Amino acid sequence: MTDREETFAKVAELIEPFNKKGVDLEESTTFAGDLEWDSLTVMDFVAAIEDEFDILITMNMQAEIETVGQLVDAVEELRNEG
Amino acid sequence: MKDLFSKFDPLIAERQALLDTGVRDPFSIVMDKVLSPTLAVIQGRETILLGTYNYMGMTFDRDVIEAGKRALDEFGSGTTGSRVLNGTYQGHKECEEALKLFYGTEHAMVFSTGYQANLGLMSTIAGKEDYIVLDADSHASIYDGCALGNAQIVRFRHNSVEDLDKRLGRLPTEGGRLVVLEGVYSMLGDIAPLREMVDVAKKHGAMVAVDEAHGMGFFGPNGRGVFEEAGVEGQVDFVIGTFSKSVGTVGGFIVSNHPKFEVLRLVCRPYVFTASLPPSVVATAATSIRKLMHAGEKRAHLWENSRRLHKGLRDLGFTIATPEPQSAIIAILLPDQQKTVTMWQALLERGVYVNMARPPATPAGMYLLRCSLCAEHSSEQVGQILDRFAAAGRETGCIG
Repeated sequence: MTDREETFAKVAELIEPFNKKGVDLEESTTFAGDLEWDSLTVMDFVAAIEDEFDILITMNMQAEIETVGQLVDAVEELRNEG
Repeated sequence: MKDLFSKFDPLIAERQALLDTGVRDPFSIVMDKVLSPTLAVIQGRETILLGTYNYMGMTFDRDVIEAGKRALDEFGSGTTGSRVLNGTYQGHKECEEALKLFYGTEHAMVFSTGYQANLGLMSTIAGKEDYIVLDADSHASIYDGCALGNAQIVRFRHNSVEDLDKRLGRLPTEGGRLVVLEGVYSMLGDIAPLREMVDVAKKHGAMVAVDEAHGMGFFGPNGRGVFEEAGVEGQVDFVIGTFSKSVGTVGGFIVSNHPKFEVLRLVCRPYVFTASLPPSVVATAATSIRKLMHAGEKRAHLWENSRRLHKGLRDLGFTIATPEPQSAIIAILLPDQQKTVTMWQALLERGVYVNMARPPATPAGMYLLRCSLCAEHSSEQVGQILDRFAAAGRETGCIG
């Protein structure tokens, strides 16, 4: 697996406990629309992602991230910065 | 053409469905007469007010009212201008002096509302390269101030010292840091572990702002707020507050000892681009603040009221948001909107007004009946309140 594929797999794993509807995860899956997450779920999930990758995703960045693919890209970018 | 209002259709429908069940609208109450800090007439019925922020009962204080009347006579009904142009009168300076004395700080800046004080600090103090770290349950004015500015915003879990520590530890070394806390969180009435949180913030080199909107007047030896009671006065960089709660009028403020604090008067847009408070308002505020410095007995009675209501409601079988009374706010948790509104109305029909709170104002989708006590509630009134809660609770099936 490439680094990105590994990150995607890890993100998908972290989504599962919050994936109450059992939605199939793809690059284009949206958090608000497909997964129907409210702001509290988002906060818990973001905390899980931050802890796993030891990064910080600001609210400013969260506002720009709508899909799983965009999140994976953001995680990759933040890890490379760190 | 798309109707710009169509985005509100779900809310309009939800509200209509609720009103169609025959309940009154909890968000459109009119006080026809106000008899005292604790009594009003609502739809012809004398009603005990248990849902105001008039914690210290200053709204009908004789000295406060006299000061307001005098200022109206001497300075007129309004300033018609910004604090930085023609809108700073002697009264505004006196009010800032009263605040400096009350808080023991070098600087005080009076805004037109508490909302604007938070809007002003958050949007001005932190730039694009800086970080504001805030509690997830922060008041709307803190979030809105962040949205107005350009700083990077990081949230931590409500009141979690560990979560705050972790997030501060992950911040890049460049850029300034401001941690924003509240003494009392007004929805549930819980207080922040300020000693631990301020220690953690300072360990990571952050400035600290504490909003004491719901703590001023009755926490700490001088009534300064939860931060005073926690003994962290020396480490807090900014205290934000309001005149619309314990002080009993309207307006907001920030106090600080930072040597460059005064520059905010020039750069803080919510301070500059709005009209200043009317002379009567700053006169009532200054008088009230001076009296609050010596309100030890009132404070003691307010705490007694809070403890008694908390215990009484718990004994009746209600679920309270905090296991013990932590502030002057006692929040009752109810299962859903229908039950909450029904109970709210049953109380109103018995002459008790409380606040109903619902998402998005509340955390975690909670429905609350929020009771807030006043130092002027007599022991007899607290007894009446408990009797009426018992009757309303049984009628609506909220308690057994």
